[in-house]
Amino acid sequence: MNKSSAPFLCKDYRVNLMNNKLSIPDERVKEMSTFRNSLIRPELGGIIGTIVVFIIFIILASDSGMFSSQGVLNWSIVSAQFMIIAVGACLLMIAGEFDLSVGSMIGFAGMLIAIFGVTFGWPMWMAILLTFAICIAIGALNGFICIRTGLPSFIVTLAFLFILRGFTIFLPQTIERKTIIGGIREAAEGDWLGAVFGEKLFMGFFQYLGDLGIISVFSRGTRAGEPVVNGIPMLIVWALILVAFGHILLTKTRFGNWIFASGGDAEAARNSGVPVNKVKILMFMFTAFCATVFATCQVMEFGSAGADRGLLKEFEAIIAVVIGGALLTGGYGSVIGAALGALIFGVVQQGLFFAGVESSLFRVFLGLILLGAVILNTYIRRLITGER
Amino acid sequence: MNSQATVTPIIEMRNIRKHYGPVIALAGVSIKIYPGECHCLLGDNGAGKSTFIKAMSGVVKPTQGDIFVNGEQKFFNNPRDAMQAGIATVHQHLAMIPLMSVSRNFFLGNEPTKKIAGIQFYDRKHADSKTMEAMSKMGINLRGPDQAVGTLSGGERQTVAISRAVHFGARVLILDEPTSALGVRQTSNVLATIDKVRNEGVAVVFITHNVRHALAVGDRFTVLNRGQTHGTAMRGDITPEDLQNLMAGGQELATLEGSLGGTV
Repeated sequence: MNKSSAPFLCKDYRVNLMNNKLSIPDERVKEMSTFRNSLIRPELGGIIGTIVVFIIFIILASDSGMFSSQGVLNWSIVSAQFMIIAVGACLLMIAGEFDLSVGSMIGFAGMLIAIFGVTFGWPMWMAILLTFAICIAIGALNGFICIRTGLPSFIVTLAFLFILRGFTIFLPQTIERKTIIGGIREAAEGDWLGAVFGEKLFMGFFQYLGDLGIISVFSRGTRAGEPVVNGIPMLIVWALILVAFGHILLTKTRFGNWIFASGGDAEAARNSGVPVNKVKILMFMFTAFCATVFATCQVMEFGSAGADRGLLKEFEAIIAVVIGGALLTGGYGSVIGAALGALIFGVVQQGLFFAGVESSLFRVFLGLILLGAVILNTYIRRLITGER
Repeated sequence: MNSQATVTPIIEMRNIRKHYGPVIALAGVSIKIYPGECHCLLGDNGAGKSTFIKAMSGVVKPTQGDIFVNGEQKFFNNPRDAMQAGIATVHQHLAMIPLMSVSRNFFLGNEPTKKIAGIQFYDRKHADSKTMEAMSKMGINLRGPDQAVGTLSGGERQTVAISRAVHFGARVLILDEPTSALGVRQTSNVLATIDKVRNEGVAVVFITHNVRHALAVGDRFTVLNRGQTHGTAMRGDITPEDLQNLMAGGQELATLEGSLGGTV
C-alpha cells in the first residue's frame, strides 16, 4: 500500500498529527507553590473551622473551666460520640449512600443489650455480641434493599428510621411495661466485653497526676483524694481507633480506592472491575457497626437503655461529615475532616454551655457553622477537582 | 501489500447476528481485525455499531455467529471474559471518575499493593510513578499524579483511559466514538494517541461517524448500514466521498453536500 499516493482528503491532517508535539506545558495553567498545594486538601475546611472555634471559645469561655481537665473531658466525650457515628456516615457518604437510620439504630441497639443482658439475664458479652450481629445484619439489609431495588438510600433508610424506632419503643413496653431498662452497669460488672466499652484507661496515671497536683482532685465526699478526671473513657478510645481505621482504610488501601470510585461514578467503577454492590453493602454494615459501638458505650456509661436514645443522631453525623468536607452526592471526602467536624460540633455545643450562652442559640450557631463550612468546602473542592 | 492475508487476525467476528425481539439489529456482520492496525467502524445512527461492539466486548451475546480470538473460537458470557481475552473497551463518558486523582483512576480495579506487617496496603508510590511515566509517554503533562481527572480536558481523559487499557494488557482496544464530543485540538490529540497505540502492536477498533477522523488514522474501513456490512475497504482504495455515501446509504446526502460545500 502506497500511503503517499492515496487520494486523501485528510493527508495534511495526518502529517500534522505525526509532528504534533504534545509535551509542551499548558500555558494556561499557573504554577502553584508546594505550600499552596499541601494546604489545599479536603480537610482544610475542617482545620480552619477547628482553629476558629477554639479561638472563639478561648476568648469567650477560658475563665469558665472549659479548658480545665474536667472541662476538656466534658467536650472530648461529646465530640468522641459524634466522631464514632461520623466515621461510619463519612465512609458511607463517600461510597455514595446515606443512612438515616443511625439514630434509631443507636436506640435499638441499646435496648437489645438491655433486654438480652438484664431482662433475659444473659452474660453481658453474649448480649453485646448478639446485638452487634443483629445490628450489622440490619445494616446489610439496608444496603441490600438499596442495591436490589435501585431506590435512593435516603428513602430506604428513612423507612428503617421509623421501623427501628418503633421496635425500640414496642419491645421494652411489651416485655417490661416501661420504656427505660436500667441495671445494665450491675449486669456488666466484671464482664470482659462490657469493660471494652465502659471502662476507663490509664486510671493509675491520672491518679499519679492528681497526686502531683497537675490535675485537680476532689477535696470532699466519698471520692476525696481522687482526681476529678480519673481516666480516659473507652468511648474516646473507640472514637480514635475508628477514626484511624477509617482514615487508613480510605486513603491507604485498595478498598479505599473502591469506596471513592463507587460514590464518584458507580457505572464507571463497574466498568473498571470494582465490586460496587459489595463495597456499598459493606459500608452500610460499617455504619451500623459504628452506631452499635456508640450505643454500647452509652448504655455502659448511663447504666440504662431508653427508647428515646439516639434521637436525631443521624443528622448530627451527617452535619459533622459535611462540615468535614465530604460531598453529599458521594465520591469525595475525608475521615479526618469528618472527625474535625465532630470536634467542632462537640466544642460548640459544650462551649456555649460553658460560656453561659442561652442554649437555644446553639442551633443558630450550628446553622451558621454548617452554612459557612459548606461554602468554604465547595470552594476548596473546586480548587482540587476542577469542577465547574 | 497483502501480507495481512497470512497473519492470523487477532479477533475475527464471523456472521454475527443479533435480534432484539422482532428487531434485527445485526443481520450477519463479519469483520477481521489484525494486530497493529486501526480498523475504523463507520455507520450512521442505528446502523448497529453499538450492538456490534457490545458483542465484541462481551456485553451482549450474539443470537448467531462465531467469535475467534487468535484463530481460537471464544464465547464471551460477560465483559470480564472479553477483558481476559485482551479486549478492552473505552467508553466515551463512562471511563473516568472526575473527582478522583489521575493515578487512582489509572489503577482503579488493578491497584498495586504492598504488604506492611502482613496487611495489604495500596502502593501509592508505585501507582504514582507508573502513572506519571505512562502519561508522559502519551504526551500529557500532569501537575502531579494526584491531579484530579476533572481538571483534564475531554481529550486528555480519553487518552488516560486508552493508555490505562494498554498498560493493563489490552491487545484489542475498542474506542466507542472517542472524538464525537471533542474540539479540533483535543480530537487531534486522541487521534495521535491512537496512532501511538497502534504502533505498539495493539489493534484499535475505532467507532465513529466522522469520515475525516476515520481517514486521518484508519488503515481499513468497515461501513455498517442497517445491520449489514458493505465489506471492508483498505486505506487508499476508497475515497472520502464513497465512505460518506456508504454511511448515509447514498441518495439523501448527495444533494445536501452541494449546499454545504462538501464538508460534512
